[in-house]
Parts: sequence; structure tokens; C-alpha cells
Amino acid sequence: MYATRARRARPEPFAVHPGIAERLGLPYMDGTLAVSAAALVAFSVFTLAQATKQDVPGSPYYYVDRQAIYGVLGIVAMYLLTRIDYSRFRELRVGIYTFLCLSISLVFVFGFAARGSRRSFELPFFSFQPSELGKVLLVLALAGFVIDGARNGSEWQRTVRYLCLGLFPAALVFLQPDLGTALVYGAITLAVMYVGGVRWTHFAVIGAAFVAMTVAVLVVAPAVGTPVLKGYQEQRLTSFLHPSADPSDAGYQQNQAKIAIGSGEKTGRGDRATQTRLNFVPERHTDFIFAVIGERYGFIGAALVLSLYALLIWRALRIVTLSKNSYGTLVAGGIAGMLLFQVFVNVGMNLGIMPITGIPLPLMSYGGSSVLATFVAVGVLQSIHMQARLSQKGRFAW
Amino acid sequence: MYLRSDERGPAVSRRLALRLALFGGFAVALFAVLFLRLWLLQVLDGEKYLAEAKNNRTRSFLTSAPRGKILDRNGKVLVANRTSLALQVNPRKLPEDPAERHAELSRLADLTHSSLKRVRRTMHEELKLAPAAPVTLRRDVGHYLVYYLQENQDRFPGVEVQRVFVRAYPDGTLAAHVLGTVGEINEEELKDPRYKGLRPGDEIGQEGAEDTYDRYLRGRPGLTRIQVDALGEPTPNGRLVSKPPTPGDNLKLSIEKEVQEAGEAGLAAKGLPGAFITMDVHTGEILGLGSFPTFEPSLFTRPLTQVQVNETYNNPSAPLTDRAIAGLYPTGSTFKLITAMAALESGVLTPSRSIYDGGAFTVGGESFQNAGGASYGSLTLVPALQVSDDVFFYTLGYEMWDTGQLQHWAHALGIGRPTGIDLPGAVEGLLPTKKWRDELAAEGLAEGRPWSAGDNIQLATGQGDLQTNPLQMAIAYATVANGGAVVTPHVGKEVTDAAGRVLKEFAPPPRRHVKMNPANRDVILEGLHEAAQTPGGTSYEVFGGFPIPVAGKTGTAQRDGHADQSWYIVLAPYPNPKIVTAVTIEEGGFGAESAAPVALDILEAYFHKHATASAGPNGGSPG
Repeated sequence: MYATRARRARPEPFAVHPGIAERLGLPYMDGTLAVSAAALVAFSVFTLAQATKQDVPGSPYYYVDRQAIYGVLGIVAMYLLTRIDYSRFRELRVGIYTFLCLSISLVFVFGFAARGSRRSFELPFFSFQPSELGKVLLVLALAGFVIDGARNGSEWQRTVRYLCLGLFPAALVFLQPDLGTALVYGAITLAVMYVGGVRWTHFAVIGAAFVAMTVAVLVVAPAVGTPVLKGYQEQRLTSFLHPSADPSDAGYQQNQAKIAIGSGEKTGRGDRATQTRLNFVPERHTDFIFAVIGERYGFIGAALVLSLYALLIWRALRIVTLSKNSYGTLVAGGIAGMLLFQVFVNVGMNLGIMPITGIPLPLMSYGGSSVLATFVAVGVLQSIHMQARLSQKGRFAW
Repeated sequence: MYLRSDERGPAVSRRLALRLALFGGFAVALFAVLFLRLWLLQVLDGEKYLAEAKNNRTRSFLTSAPRGKILDRNGKVLVANRTSLALQVNPRKLPEDPAERHAELSRLADLTHSSLKRVRRTMHEELKLAPAAPVTLRRDVGHYLVYYLQENQDRFPGVEVQRVFVRAYPDGTLAAHVLGTVGEINEEELKDPRYKGLRPGDEIGQEGAEDTYDRYLRGRPGLTRIQVDALGEPTPNGRLVSKPPTPGDNLKLSIEKEVQEAGEAGLAAKGLPGAFITMDVHTGEILGLGSFPTFEPSLFTRPLTQVQVNETYNNPSAPLTDRAIAGLYPTGSTFKLITAMAALESGVLTPSRSIYDGGAFTVGGESFQNAGGASYGSLTLVPALQVSDDVFFYTLGYEMWDTGQLQHWAHALGIGRPTGIDLPGAVEGLLPTKKWRDELAAEGLAEGRPWSAGDNIQLATGQGDLQTNPLQMAIAYATVANGGAVVTPHVGKEVTDAAGRVLKEFAPPPRRHVKMNPANRDVILEGLHEAAQTPGGTSYEVFGGFPIPVAGKTGTAQRDGHADQSWYIVLAPYPNPKIVTAVTIEEGGFGAESAAPVALDILEAYFHKHATASAGPNGGSPG
């Protein structure tokens, strides 16, 4: 990039006439973060290209083309966010929060029902699922509320306030019904509260309440005849405890995913893969894409993907420490928690150690809303990173 | 986490630093769990899962084999196959929603003229036997239904149409009782070692020769191993192994179609319940065997409607019962052949001994009348047989009443005992003996009356407690005619492959030999010949004009609660018979009245066939 200006002295970042890279802000971005995110979406496109050729009759690249477009759009979105000072979002927290709750609520009215649940708007070019973008919005708004209310009320009042603010949209999503995303909202709320310094004793109480609620929902409520979870949801949540041979059963699907991953052995089965090619594993392009990777590319491929996620989350945690202000710290912490939760639950579900909750694997699972939302989250991280770098240099970009 | 000094952000409070360190540690722990689990699945247990995956993706499909054809002795087709369409439901592809499922099954029940309850019961029962396998709701559905389903596929997810083989009966009801039926194997039969290796839904012979010779007729199903996806749907180019089905072998019966047709037509013309059998007296090969009323074997190729169930199973005239082998009747005078043989062989009677017939025989105050109140005066055996004189045989019955000689000979000739016929459902019948009645009397049964002379007098003329059927009588006549070999009756003749090569021949040896004096046989046959073909003989009016000499005996049996039962048994040609024909017609009146004309029809058909075909390949009938 500098080669064209070789006759000049090596320009300083502070040069009066900044180079193209400088103009683009590249030196202030977290390259490792950007590359790992892009690599994950690239791997997703690659995997879909090999594994979903026969899925849509007549268009072997149906998922590939779309996922590639979402990836490119996501990268553009990430870059644009890099150039916005994330601190603005703190000022807009009430607007963001209102938009978040409204957009989720509107799905109930105008939403497109798929498999018995309304989660998305049917737009001309793709179906937009507001609860996906809502994950990032929740982080941005909630972090704002935490900073804003840091001095209002007792610690208990604050804890309850954060919980209510976080769990209200979670409840809306749960009613769609989308249990998986609701759980992600819960994880985000806890992560922001954790980084925000809520006391350990409060977490202990929350934890106890959570355990009591789980027991109530799974054991007591069905026993007294007022089930909270739909039958399939409960079945999925508990299925990993008892694998089943009935193909219509959630336990069967999970067992098939496990067989798929195990059969990949060290180096994978490539096109000789049968489990994920012949439909034994359901939802192979979305929730169970990790099983496809495990079977096709073996331990090498699956470990590579896991390593990319580890890299992504490491960079997110690193940005938590770099942030120039507390808002950035909270936002980065919330996003790190969100990513960690989604990756662990999804991969754990594929590996048969977590229940089936319908949480997509960020950047890998096919789906525009999820890919875009994750890139938006990464973009916010980049913005925090850039602002930290620029403030260190004593200079703000526009 | 190490940071270069120039990268260090604003000072992080110690509290936050601790929390972030814990956060990082937690993340590391979670990733460690995922990596370890991945290592366990893929590296440590990979082989096991690979084996499971390979096992997962193949399915073996058995393709049903057509059953062999059933032919008559000259190769004329009696039972063939046709392909038909069967409606199947794949339970895995039915809608999951109970309401939709219910609605679809209701629609199916309507389409198949069944009820939702029956559809559900069929599915429940079949799924119990073979979980997740397609359930056949109805065989032999019409093309219109297939088109309808194809046009409305969306409304019928999980409904499939399969091509199956169905039995075809080109001659309708002809020989229905001999041929039998086929039907789906049931739960009990599956446990039978005879049906080892069969699976639910397979068809087996249920009655008649289809049952007896099932193992030859039943083919071996083909095996196709194909690669399938999770729904069990074959994948493109996924065929791995294919072994074509082996059709069953053909069964050639000893039945002669012309004889069978003549017998059935004769019975049907009378319109009364009855039966006939025509058998080779030397080999026991059955040339014709029928029972009236009869049934449509093709009915059983599809589920019966309630009307059909009533007409077959709940019909008082029992069309499914083969009266020729499962009837239980007194025989009337046709039994006199056995009485005569017993008397001659035991020395009670000689051919020249005369017995005076004064119109009635009185013993112990009980009087036994001649039929029709006739009185023939002094008679020897031959004229006694010719006119079927009752008093003559009452006398013989009385003279043997407690010697057991009559029972000994009747038993030897096969009355009241298993015959060894290769058709299921044959009954033993009952030969009344002194011992039998005395034992019953001791228990207070059978009116508590011990054996008396009257019982034997009744038996001598085929009355009283005797219960037998045309099959046993035909065997007794054949044994006398052939000089003492008790033949094993059979309808199976040979098994041939598709190319016509004979794989197996059935020629069961006689069950036993009875020693008899040929002179006694000759005199009895002479008496029967006179009865059939000399003026004054009981069936002269029927057989007098028949060009081939025969020896035949009428019978008019009295049955409680019924009009007289007509019997006729004839050996032809006289004096060296080749075949025996026995006919009985319930409530048919005198033997010569209804049974003898049917026998005549049968003999005409037989001799017409064998006069014209005597130079042909099958003309050389054994004898």
C-alpha cells in the first residue's frame, strides 16, 4: 500500500497527509478480530457449498450465494460501525431499547410464521428476524442504563432494574416462541451486570432463583397441569439426557449429530459423509452446521473452527480491557458474553452435552439476520478498539 | 493478559480486573470442555461412530416374489397371479399434528370404504409387528383411486402406492376348496417354524393346496440394499446390492379340470348342499373334488366387506366348508359294499347263500323295514346288491352284531379314521363300535343305552351313529376295487419350475394293505354292476344307457331333522375300475334321484376326455 509512495519518507500515522490505510482507519482496527470473523463466515460459505448442493432442487448454490452475500454485507456493516463512535449509542439508549422492544413486538402482528412460531418479517429480499439484531441492541441499551443508573438507588434496586430491563425483551422473544434467543438475552443481561460490578451475593440469589424456576417449569408446572414450555421445547431441553431411536424425537437428532461428528474421526469423511449428507442430521445448514464440519473435515476442521471462535472471544475480552470508557467496557463485556454463550451452547448441543435450544452458531449457521447481527457486534467491538487507540494517540478521528 | 505499554488503556480497577480474569478463565474452561469432548468423539471413539454411521445409511428392502401358479394335471392354469396396486401408509411421513393426522386418516378411510377405527386398528396392529414400516391399508385398489391420490398428493402425505402380486382365478370359483386361499401371515403363524424367515405382511397359503404346498408355491423375496437418507428415502444412485426375487414354483395338481367342472356344474344344478370326489383307485390321485355351496377365492385377495363376511363366514350353508372331506354324514346303502365284504371275509356269508326277505327284519321286538316297503323274497348277494335289499343286509348286520367283524372291516377300509389327504380340514368321522357305545353308556351319554343288535343292523345299511364323508367312502370303494391297497388320497401331483422341469413328484404310497379274497371282490363288483346297468338295478335308469360298464351303488341316508340325503358311489370302468366317484347331496332324496345323475355327468366328462385324448400325452392314466 505504501509502495506507491516509496520515494517519500515512511509516513507517520500522524502525518498531515494521511495514507489510504490511515484514511480507512485500518491501523486502528483489531486486525485479528476482523480476520477471524471473516474467516469464520468464509468457512461457513465453503462448508455450505459442499454440503447443501442437493438441498434446494435446481439451485445447488442457494444457501451458498445467500450466505456469501450476507457475509459481504456483514463485513461492510462491521466496517461502517468501526467509523462510528460507539459512545453515541449510550446517549441513544432509550431509543434503542424502545426500538428493540417494538421491533420484537411487531413480529407478533406482522410476522411471518414458520413452524409455529413468529420470529421474522418477510422482506422482499430476505426474512428479517429482529430478535437477532436485538441481541446487539440489548447490549448497547443495557450497558447505557447500567452507566446511567450507576448512582441511582440501592444496589438491590439497581440489580432488579437491570434484570427487569434485560428480561423484558427476553420474555417477548420467549413468547414468539423462541426459547434459544431468549436464553441468549438472559446471558447478555448477566454478562453486562457481571462486568458492571453487580455483587456476587446478588448473582448467588439470581442463581438460586434460576434453579428454582427451572425446577418449577420442568417439574412442577407440568405436574399441576399448567405447562409453561411447549411440549417440543421441554423435550428438546431434556433430550440430551436420554438419546432415543425414534427419528421424530429430539434425542434422536442429537444422537445423529453426535454420530456425524464422531464418524468424521481425525481428518473427516469429505464427500463420503453420509450422516449430514443424507439428512440423518436435521437443520444441517443452520443449528447443526458444526456436525457437518465435524463429519466432513474431522477433528482438524472442527478444532480449527473452535480455535477461530476462541480467537474471536479472546479479542473481545481484550477489547474489554482496552476500552477508553466504562460504557465500552460494558458493551464489549456483553458482546463477549453473548458470543461465548452462543458458541458453547450450539457446539455443546452438536456434541451432545447441551440441550437442543435452537441457538445458531454465530457466523457459521446459515441465516442473514444472525450473520449480520454478529458482524454488527464485531463492528461495535472494532469501534471500541478504534476509539481506544485514537484516544491513546491523543487524537480523535472525525 | 499482557499488554504492551503503549496499548494499555485507562487503568482498570482491581475489582474489574479480577472479574475479567475470572471471565477469561471461564471462557478457557468452556473451550477446554468443547475441545475435550470433540477429541473424545472424533479421535477416541471415532471408529465406533463411523461404524454406526455406515450402519445407519443402508436399508434392506425385500421385494415380494410372486407365488407359483397352480395347474391342473394337464397344465391348465387354475391359479395365476396378476399385479395389483396396494395402498400403503408410511407412518413416519404422516403429519405430526394429531388433528391433521386424524383428518388424513379419516379421508383415507372414506376412500378405502373402511372406517377410521378400522384404519387405526390395522395400523396399530401392523406397527406393533414392524415398527415404522409402511402399513398396507388396502390391496388391489383401482386405478381411479391411484389417480385421485396422485392429483391430491398434498392432502395425503405419507400415502404410497405399491405394486404387489395378487392371486388371480381365471375360472372363478372352480375348485375353490381344493385350491384354498392366500392371506397375510398372522401373529401366531409368524412363530410357527414352518414360516421361519417370513415377515409381517407376507402372504401365505391359508387353506387348501395353497396351504399344504405353501413352501413350494411361496417364492423367495428379493433383497435390495440401498442407501437411504434419514427418512428412509432412497438416495440417487444409492443402490448397493440387488438380488431379484425368486418366484415360487408351480404346483401341478392331479385335478382334471373337465372332471372338476362337470362335478361342480352337476352339484350347482341341483342347488342343494353337497359334495363329490373323483379319485384314481390305484394311486389315490384326486381328479376332482368339490363342495357346494362354494365361494370366490378372489374375495380373500382384499379385505372383506361386512356383507361378504356375512355371506361367507356367517352363512348357515357354510360355503367355506369342504363337505367332501369335512362333511359328517350317514351313508345309507352305499355302506353295503363294506357290509358285504365284512360278511364274505368273515365267513358269515358266501356268494351262494340265500337270505329270505319278507319285507321286514324283526329282532327283540324291533322291526326294520325295507325301503319303500318292498319285499324281494329269497336273495343271494348279487341280486341283493342289485336291488339294494335292506333285509338281506339287516340280517348280516344282526349276525355280526357282537363279533366286531363289520367294524373291523369298515375300519380297515378307512371309515372313521384319518385318510392322509393333503388338504387341511379333513375330519376323521365316526365309526360306531360296541366299545364306543358301551363306554358312552357307562358315562350316561348317548341315551345311556349300551350297544345292541339294532345298532349293528343300522350300521350295516349305513345308518345310525355312522358319520363319514365322500372322501372316506371313495377310499373304501377304491380299496375294494384295487384288491386291497388303501390309497393315500392327494391333490398334489408335481412341482415344476418356471421352465416346466419337474422338481418333485408326489406319489404317496398306500397307507396300508388289506388282505382280501379276489373272488369276494369280484362278486361284490358284479352286484354293483348289476345295480347300475341291468334292468331292475337301483340306478339302471341313470346308468343303463351309459356305454362304459360301471359298478355303482346308490344310498339314501336318513338324517335326523333333514330330508333324506342322496348318495352315489361308482367305480368305472367295470370290471377293472380306474376311478371311483362318490357324490352326496344333502336332502337330495333317493340316491338315484339326485346324486347318481351328478356322478354320471362326471363319468361322461372323464371318459369323453380320455376317449378323445387316449392317444395324447396324458392319455395313459395309471391302471
